[in-house]
Amino acid sequence: MTKFRVNKTKFIDQTKTVSFNFDGKSYHGFEGDTLASALLANGVHLVGRSFKYHRPRGIMSCGSEEPNAICQINEDTDLTEPNVRATEIELYEGLNASSQNCWPSVNFDIGGINNLISPFIPAGFYYKTFMWPKSFWKKIYEPLIRWSAGLGKSPTKPDPELYDHKHVHCDVLIIGGGISGIIASKIAAKNNLKTILIEDKNILGGSTIFQKNENYKINNKYSSEWLNEEIAELKKLDNLTIKTRTTLAAYHSYNYLLAKENISDHIPVDKRNGGIRQRLWKIRADKVIVATGAIERPLVFNNNDRPGIMLSYSVKKYLDFYGVSCGFNNVIFTNNDSAYETAVSFKEKGISVEIIDIRKNSNSKIVKNAEKLGVKIYWNSTIVNTFGHRKINSIEIKNLSEDGSNVVGDKNRINCDCLALSGGWTPMVHMHTQSGGKLDFREIDQTFIPNEIDKNHINVGSCNGDFELEEIINNTNKKVKNFLKVSETEFDKTSILNSKELDKRNIWLLPSYISEGKCKSFIDFQNDSTAKDIKLALREGFKSIEHVKRYTTTGMATDQGKLSNMHALGIIADTAGVKMGTLGTTTFRPPFTPLTFGSIVGRSVGKFFDIIRKTSIHEWHVKNKAKFENVGQWKRPWYYPINNEDLHDAVQRESKAARDSAGILDASTLGKIDIQGTDASEFLNRVYTNAWSKLGIGKCRYGLMLNEDGMVYDDGVTTRLGENHYLMTTTTGGAANVLSKLEDYLQTEWPELDVYLTSVTDHYSTASICGPNSKKILKKIFQDKDFSDDAFPHMSYQNAKIDEINCRIMRISFTGELSYEINIESQYGKSLWEKCIEAGKEFKITPYGTETMHLLRAEKGFIIVGQDTDGTMTPIDLQMDWIVSKKKFDFIGKRSLYRSDTIREDRKQLVGLLTDDPNEVLEEGAQIVSDMNKKPIEMIGHVTSSYFSPNLNKSIALAVVKSGKKMNGQKLIVPMENKNINVTVSDSVFLDKENKRINA
Amino acid sequence: MFLINCPYCGERDQSEFSCGGEAHIVRPKQPTELSDDQWAEYLFMRKNIKGIQFERWNHAHGCRKWFNMVRDTSNDKIHAIYKMGEKPPVE
Repeated sequence: MTKFRVNKTKFIDQTKTVSFNFDGKSYHGFEGDTLASALLANGVHLVGRSFKYHRPRGIMSCGSEEPNAICQINEDTDLTEPNVRATEIELYEGLNASSQNCWPSVNFDIGGINNLISPFIPAGFYYKTFMWPKSFWKKIYEPLIRWSAGLGKSPTKPDPELYDHKHVHCDVLIIGGGISGIIASKIAAKNNLKTILIEDKNILGGSTIFQKNENYKINNKYSSEWLNEEIAELKKLDNLTIKTRTTLAAYHSYNYLLAKENISDHIPVDKRNGGIRQRLWKIRADKVIVATGAIERPLVFNNNDRPGIMLSYSVKKYLDFYGVSCGFNNVIFTNNDSAYETAVSFKEKGISVEIIDIRKNSNSKIVKNAEKLGVKIYWNSTIVNTFGHRKINSIEIKNLSEDGSNVVGDKNRINCDCLALSGGWTPMVHMHTQSGGKLDFREIDQTFIPNEIDKNHINVGSCNGDFELEEIINNTNKKVKNFLKVSETEFDKTSILNSKELDKRNIWLLPSYISEGKCKSFIDFQNDSTAKDIKLALREGFKSIEHVKRYTTTGMATDQGKLSNMHALGIIADTAGVKMGTLGTTTFRPPFTPLTFGSIVGRSVGKFFDIIRKTSIHEWHVKNKAKFENVGQWKRPWYYPINNEDLHDAVQRESKAARDSAGILDASTLGKIDIQGTDASEFLNRVYTNAWSKLGIGKCRYGLMLNEDGMVYDDGVTTRLGENHYLMTTTTGGAANVLSKLEDYLQTEWPELDVYLTSVTDHYSTASICGPNSKKILKKIFQDKDFSDDAFPHMSYQNAKIDEINCRIMRISFTGELSYEINIESQYGKSLWEKCIEAGKEFKITPYGTETMHLLRAEKGFIIVGQDTDGTMTPIDLQMDWIVSKKKFDFIGKRSLYRSDTIREDRKQLVGLLTDDPNEVLEEGAQIVSDMNKKPIEMIGHVTSSYFSPNLNKSIALAVVKSGKKMNGQKLIVPMENKNINVTVSDSVFLDKENKRINA
Repeated sequence: MFLINCPYCGERDQSEFSCGGEAHIVRPKQPTELSDDQWAEYLFMRKNIKGIQFERWNHAHGCRKWFNMVRDTSNDKIHAIYKMGEKPPVE
């Protein structure tokens, strides 16, 4: 046992030794330790360097508020994690931790030079300095700042751990397993409410669980003993779920809360066995009881940041819970009674302790108790300076003036190896405010406390501003009874012995005889902002707390200002001469403590990151070595390379084959909407730009759909299957949006229409066969069907059967070739496809992918919505005037087609482009200009689609160009990085303008 | 994260719904008779209120039905939910 482990407690199993590494040195702790308590037991206080000045810093607290002891754990493994608080890591065998923000080591740190030049690095230094010369930014300033800033190292390998999400509903959720949370849980669970209690530590009981002080008794027992019995009973309750090691991360509206449970972080790495590391609980609670407690405030005085300077309550916890004495020559610096409990604990174990109290006097029981035990108390005094580089070794104190604004009298130097601070308590109102709750300022102890108006949650215990044991128990009982509508509880007649705090004094910034400009009185320890910085910000004109925060970075570190925000506010109020309550607070945002990315994404990683949709023919594509492209969530064959072909070669081959003989495309992903109802025709009239009433049964028609603003939204072929029955196809990516847009109109604008929409995209698979030989292939498959142009003309459909299975054949074409699409129920998709391939063998039927499809349609000048349009193109811009009905009274977007902006003649319009060098292929997205000499050069358009056409043996492109309609034959320039490409505007139909091939 | 009482399905998590913007903007019956300004008023102009707002919501990942909601945008309190075509409740 190390000499600092002075006390045997039931929380630490001193028979079970745990070895661990810190900064390359090995140490021993015990089961039950945190990394922080084990380090302190080994006498290690110095654990890191501060962010800006690289000052040595030590462990300060014992919880999530810790600003200094942040570590990198398991460095150089794929489990590494930066910015972990040593106060929250449960010690396990083989834990490897190291300090951050220091180089080459925590004991000798080059960045420490920042401390010496600190008078020249005030608040806003970076904003002010790295402004000029501008050329320095990229090569000098940015790399320098990036090297010196940043906390810890991000892991470079994929996270091998497993994370989980779980949804849960409950009647009552209680956040915090301290004394008030336990009382609340018991009342809730005993009254037949499904209750969940979450606690971020590994055991319940909060700060009461190690409280063994004569001055605080419940029903004549030590408060810890009483609470232990309560906890034992709690565990027997059936409808109570207790979740320890679970931190509330976020409290959203309507009592929706997120909590992160640590499942394996405390287990030695080699014993985790691939189990779940962390689970994110998504809780919807009918009622929430917040019992998150309070955080002790430090005091702000000159050089208040040396290793060995800690929070008083934490020092007590290390002693009474972990059995570790943080020093043997302790000084406590306080403005309130709670620190006397720490003093009593020290004295009872025979350890030296003295108290410096800024108050003039206090007559409470606990103070008298400390005096009786022989604790020396310096009243009305403050610390004016501290000494000791890597650890505190002495302090200087002076008396305070009457109003506390200055120091008087002689200096007194006191030696110490640990200085415990207590500046009072700050209720943890994070959860209350995250849920939308407001705060009130309580003048007497300078705290923000919850103002409860929301009926679905309450705050109990010290997070509600109840700090005395008596208040905590009685108010919790009363509030919970009210909240849960319970008439009586077992806590109604609890007898409580309590020491009441009678005297209060608070000074946000303690004075020193050293001039303010030379004092380093830290407010935010992690971000190194001092009282001086706050005052500078005020002098420079920042008034709002939100601005001061960002300018000085106070409260912006990983601890989110848990220790610093109140002091910043207090100093602003004092300096500006306003009441603190009027300043408001900065916003408390989730998460309460940082969440791992793993816990946020849960199981949605790798192939579960997003849904992958595959057609029924997918397996065949894989077997035939297709390369795939993602279209929305769909995997579509992109091209089918043969013998190591690249994209270009494969596409040239595929598109030639489709025009010369036969090609086959998996078109199953196109959106399909089944439309039925007596008003189906009228409905299509209203949603498409062209007329639909006269479309005969068995006929197909291409339609263009606009937004109400007149811009092209989607397109596709719709087939009339019956009198009141249509099948609409949409673009692959637009299917879901089109359906919801149509539903919107049907339900909200035209509820009188008798129309029903059903998405059938997944119900049917589609094989699209095109090319001059396509008819012959179809004939082989459907032998008794008449495929003559008279019996089965272009833009019509017929029912057919393959082996007794119904299918629909549409004679429609997106390539300009003679073309048929066969729809069949999806489970038969693959066998249909294989039949087509088999039948097409003698014609060398060639499967082609999306790239070839795009090329073939571009040769014909057919647009792709989303590629040649971008939400700013009207049908007129696309030179598709022919599809806009002049006769129809109304359709979606009609009125917008003659707004002053849409009738402008200099809008960007779709044209064809031919490069002067037929082998030069333009880049899609390339800009187009007409005049290179006029500066600045005006961009008049851009290329939307571009290919080398094997069928035309030249490069072709579609583009949108201002006033393009009038430019046919005009020369334009496409400037590229190292050359200008000369192009000529052409018609956008490059091949078969006469539409002969469709009936080939 | 709201808890929304779909008038057709009951209480469901907000993640099942999508918001469709301001409610009670009726598509003009005779758009051709409107001036550019009048049409633009219908097409583009929306209120952005701090306080009580009337909104359209869709149970997109549920019954796919549209309905209306009265919501206080300052505290996300939902004051009323009613079907399409029904009159907004008078407060």
